[in-house]
Amino acid sequence: MSDRNWDPSQPIISVRDVHKSFGSLEVLRGVSFDVAKGEVICVIGPSGSGKSTLIRCINGLNDINSGSITVEGQEVHDPKLDKLALRRKIGMVFQQYNLFPHKTALENVMMAPILVLKEPKDEVRERARALLAKVRLQDKEDSYPGELSGGQQQRVAIARSLAMRPNVMLFDEVTAALDPETVKEVLVTIKDLAQEGITCILVTHEMGFAREIADHIYFTDLGVIVEHGPPSTFFAEAKDPRTREFLSQIL
Amino acid sequence: MMHAPRRIPGLGARPRTDLPVLLAYRASTPGAPDDLAFSRWLVSRPALVAVAAFAALVSWPWLAWAQGNYGSGDALGALWRWLPFLVSKGFTLNLLISLLTMLIGTVAGVILGLWQISRSRVVRGIAWSITQAFRNSPWLVLLFIVMLSFPFQVVIGGHEYQIPDWTKAVFGLSLPVMANVSEIVRGAVQSVPTGQWEASESLAFTRRQQLWRIILPQCVKRMIPPWMNWYAILTMATPLVSLLGVEELVTLSRQAMEAENNHPELLLPFYGFAMVIFFAYCYPIARLTVRLERRFAVKM
Repeated sequence: MSDRNWDPSQPIISVRDVHKSFGSLEVLRGVSFDVAKGEVICVIGPSGSGKSTLIRCINGLNDINSGSITVEGQEVHDPKLDKLALRRKIGMVFQQYNLFPHKTALENVMMAPILVLKEPKDEVRERARALLAKVRLQDKEDSYPGELSGGQQQRVAIARSLAMRPNVMLFDEVTAALDPETVKEVLVTIKDLAQEGITCILVTHEMGFAREIADHIYFTDLGVIVEHGPPSTFFAEAKDPRTREFLSQIL
Repeated sequence: MMHAPRRIPGLGARPRTDLPVLLAYRASTPGAPDDLAFSRWLVSRPALVAVAAFAALVSWPWLAWAQGNYGSGDALGALWRWLPFLVSKGFTLNLLISLLTMLIGTVAGVILGLWQISRSRVVRGIAWSITQAFRNSPWLVLLFIVMLSFPFQVVIGGHEYQIPDWTKAVFGLSLPVMANVSEIVRGAVQSVPTGQWEASESLAFTRRQQLWRIILPQCVKRMIPPWMNWYAILTMATPLVSLLGVEELVTLSRQAMEAENNHPELLLPFYGFAMVIFFAYCYPIARLTVRLERRFAVKM
């Protein structure tokens, strides 16, 4: 799946001076960062700081006004780019799960590999079962999303993304809509993935979790990256007053 | 967190209906109060009230005729004689017209509705114009145009075929049904949360796959109640075609009364019978519509 011109020693995702506005509202005001293959990145920051918009730009769900985003060396916002090919490489999990309510958990996981990758059904079913087992939902194969708890739905959504065998996973505040008790089961699932070496970008409010799994933390506010660093230094030695204020409120 | 306003191509624009007076009829969200106003009104009355009202309506003329020369017995006898004919030749044609119209109107309406959410601005604009034009025209005017402007016979391969009036009526009535089904489809598609589009988009579904595999299957349930509501409305509108000479229930009732020497006492039994038979057919549909609507509302 990799692009010819890209070798894995280069950043798998490279964001350069990205600007994005919705009408007169400037949401991203020059954001740049790189993600190496296998890295786990957490993006934190106050509401409205553009975190979600940022990761939605990475798989082309939102377009950008200027700047560049490359994934495996391919420019995401090149009008000639095959967006479907890009999205096959990038999995995305949403805050609201967005499972397909008319399909069972297993069917939710199986749909995309069958319809998009045109893989044989039996093979996909086997893989989907394995993925549901991996997110500890093997006994919920035939349940419809409406019959599952929020945490269970979110784990199905993660399995659904993984079924496409993505190189990068984007997590958009995936625990924000969950009950505190179910947050943990989802975080454990994500942690497993991170340890397997899938490149992950998470937008999150779970500071403890970010500290535990992230290789690098970015703090955004008002559409720019204010500060970043590995968790060991980021939490202990935040320099910018905005970061310190945010952390003092959260921690 | 920032909620990124996102436009799914073809779905962002609100429908533009210029006359506020017409807004009440807009089926923008299937199952919305306005959309099912008729069913709701009918069903909100307890069944007994509806039946009692009809009993009163139908029985007072009976009582009145009891005092006349041409008695109620005579009028009812006339109705009784004509009844098999009125049902088998008249009301059956009303049903045939309503079913065929619904079939054609639904197929055309679904296509038009899907054009209304096309990614192409031009297709969308054309579909929107057609939809608005036919939704906001009097049905009778559409019927007149179709009945009078279409040929009454066609020549195919040297053979002359007569086009029966009632098939033209079907076509004429299909136009407003098509336009309203088009709005039901558009409204139902727009009522599916954008998250469904985004999730399927990030799984690399094509637009066609998104629509047919994810969005439309979720719409069908939402479309059934307003669609049935329109069927009931359409069925009750079929007597309009009697103004154009199609020999359906009302036309035949009039002819039967002429054959019975046009006694004024015949009017209420005959037209009363037409009311009762339409009521008997449409009321259960209205009840079912509201029941389905409630059931689906809970599930979705």
